[in-house]
Amino acid sequence: MSIISTKLKKTLVPAVVAVTTTLGFSATAFAEWSPKKPIELIIMAGAGGGADQIARLLQGLIEKKDLSSRPFIPINKPGGSGAEALRYLQDKAGDDHTVLVTLNSFYTTPIIQKGIGVDVTKFTPIGRMALDNFLLWVHSDQTDITDLDSYVAKVKETGKSWTVGGTGSGQEDSILTAMMEKHFDYEVTYIPFPGGGTVAKNLVGKHIDSTVNNPAEQNEFYRAGNSKPLVQFTAERLPAYPDIPTAKELGHDIEYYMQRSINGPPGMSAEAQQWYIDLFAELYASEEWQTFCVEDGLACDEWMAGDDLGAFHDVQIAKHKELIESVGASAITGE
Amino acid sequence: MESILLLLGAGILEALQPVNLMMIILGCTIGLLVGAMPGLGSVNGVAILLPITFLVPPTAAIIFLAAIYYGAMYGGAISSITLGIPGASTAVATVFDGRPLAQSGQADKALIAAAVASFIGGTISVVLFTLFAPPLAAFALKFGPPEEFALMILAFATFIGLGGDDIPKTIFSILIGLVLATVGLDIISGQPRLIFGDISGFLHGVNFLVLAIGIYGIGEMLWTLETTKGKVAVHKVQISFRSLIANLKDIKSYIATSSLGSVLGYFVGTLPAAGATPASLMSYGLAKTFSKDPDSFGKGNVAGVAAPEAANNAASTGSMLPMITLGIPGSPTTAILLGGMIIWGLRPGPLLFTEHPDFVWGLIGSLYIANLATVLINIAFIPVFVRVLTLPFTILAPIIYILCVVGGYAPTQTMHDVWLMFVFGIVGYLMRKLNYPVAPAVLAIVLGPLAERSLRQSLLASQGDMLTFVERPISGVCILIAVLLVSYPLIKKYRNKPKANT
Repeated sequence: MSIISTKLKKTLVPAVVAVTTTLGFSATAFAEWSPKKPIELIIMAGAGGGADQIARLLQGLIEKKDLSSRPFIPINKPGGSGAEALRYLQDKAGDDHTVLVTLNSFYTTPIIQKGIGVDVTKFTPIGRMALDNFLLWVHSDQTDITDLDSYVAKVKETGKSWTVGGTGSGQEDSILTAMMEKHFDYEVTYIPFPGGGTVAKNLVGKHIDSTVNNPAEQNEFYRAGNSKPLVQFTAERLPAYPDIPTAKELGHDIEYYMQRSINGPPGMSAEAQQWYIDLFAELYASEEWQTFCVEDGLACDEWMAGDDLGAFHDVQIAKHKELIESVGASAITGE
Repeated sequence: MESILLLLGAGILEALQPVNLMMIILGCTIGLLVGAMPGLGSVNGVAILLPITFLVPPTAAIIFLAAIYYGAMYGGAISSITLGIPGASTAVATVFDGRPLAQSGQADKALIAAAVASFIGGTISVVLFTLFAPPLAAFALKFGPPEEFALMILAFATFIGLGGDDIPKTIFSILIGLVLATVGLDIISGQPRLIFGDISGFLHGVNFLVLAIGIYGIGEMLWTLETTKGKVAVHKVQISFRSLIANLKDIKSYIATSSLGSVLGYFVGTLPAAGATPASLMSYGLAKTFSKDPDSFGKGNVAGVAAPEAANNAASTGSMLPMITLGIPGSPTTAILLGGMIIWGLRPGPLLFTEHPDFVWGLIGSLYIANLATVLINIAFIPVFVRVLTLPFTILAPIIYILCVVGGYAPTQTMHDVWLMFVFGIVGYLMRKLNYPVAPAVLAIVLGPLAERSLRQSLLASQGDMLTFVERPISGVCILIAVLLVSYPLIKKYRNKPKANT
């Protein structure tokens, strides 16, 4: 009996949601669950970085569109390449008032840092907001570096004292850096900073030699003429950077993306999960979000939520395990 | 220059519009009250009230948020002085002298000094902001990891005099603080350190406010209970217009310290790595080092209240600079302001000044008005705040106790931190009993993580070469000043000795 009723519920709830949405009501108005207190929006990276900007934009849009009766409060927990945030969520198991804005360190940090006791496959997937891209950046004053070839030549000439800034060992930029080291057969010194914004500042201040920051983190400095992109690690050129070649075009098979998704702690109630999925789906479809994606070089053409996102996570975890094995965990942590 | 004045004038006029002015007064009052609550800082205030800002035009909104931010900076001093619990991390140094002053019945004097010094800090920093924002932003870019580390060394050097005469005990206290600062996830490798088996509450490190509230709130209360056996004399505080004027005239004794603290605070605030807390602590350390009467610090010297208060207000203005020009918030509160700006379609970065001058100057203009409004509101409230001290200890002690628990819980919202706070309270009480200075431990836990990170980043970049700190001009100068500061008390002692003999 109970099996039947839950089955019935499973088929009925989406149907009800669909009906209410088509009728023009907000689906959330009829949902059983609504927040009882402020919701913690945990960011697994530092202030000023890509994840941080996205979280703050989302928070603002939720307020502006009045989608939640309780505010979302962004909290940065950047420690240990996101390990601090992941562990925080793990310890909040069963909590309906905490959600996490992820980077790829969502996959990589638990693989590399086995001691943190986190299993992200148990987390509650909510929705994938975007795929973010990576470009290789140097300071505009480095006039002898004009393209990928001259960059590789320069790094090889400089040797290990070439410094690449990033957001932490195990973060996606460190993986991309390790991929490049392996592919081009050179070695660099990777220096972790507490967020992409700080990395950008240190590149512009010439304290590091290069970075593989996301477009959102570096674009304003590009517009101001302080830094320049050399190559993009995407399948096709981004609309925001029509003149910058992709690594593939140049004959180098390096392609890497980062998902930016929203996830809840393990054991979040199904009602709450549905409420968050509805909320973020509405944000995803909003004009503001889509404009942001285009301006900041993010790919936002496929909405993915709930179990679909969980399946996507599983594939990505397997991929990252392979990647980390091929470049070696030590190449990423620098040990 | 002329164009700056025109833009600024327009900005100030904008801030004086009825709606905006109302937002300023409302924001300052809310900020003042939020800041005065231990554990609730401007971050919470700004985060919770962000929704309100969508009801009004962006300029009024940013003015509102800036006013809360400013008000909270003033408010932090209030509980530091009246209750001895730091209202916010930026107000810890205010406890050092604010509390002794209140205990000797001079709370009004301390509160007014805090208000006036905050005003001085706010004014000097906003003028510096107006005149030198672009060059200072360029200068801040020159601060890489080695420079940040040198600045931290400089900050440690300003504290040398803080511990009193017992140098081994001071060093012990600093080391305890540094050890506590390493608890949590390693900055570079991400591995957990000192988490005592697998206590997850330690993964986020030891929160600085937990330590400060434990030591100053709980520890002090235990100490007071023991020394007075519960018979605490109720302070008689009389406040009249005349005493207000008399206290305002006191400004002579701390205007120099406040001005120095303001410039220092503004500058430290513009560096994204630092922020208002280190700035206020450095300002306190400097004020004591260069005071004619350093021994009176920690026992109720008004300059010891004024120095950190001027610096933390100046730093809060300063931290707007990296937010506007680099998109890197200098403090958690500016991080939320940043979120607001992104919503309004203003992308912070090097081009904001040129592409949206009306917004930037409107913000700066509102800082002038908010600063003036807050000092007036604050002084008007002082008689109310002082009344707190007339409560009998049997009522006050439970209130302090509850505020400590709330303050320990609020930043991370874990009970782990509340227990930790009690442990620190008992340790603080024991340290006090054994005559160990606690201030150096508090400073070390603030600066430890910043210093460690920048040291390791620098050494990674230089392939382990320590000379990087002296070879680079800015860090070299900072290290040199640090050495001079450390040797200054010794030189002073050496020069004073022959005099004492004659």
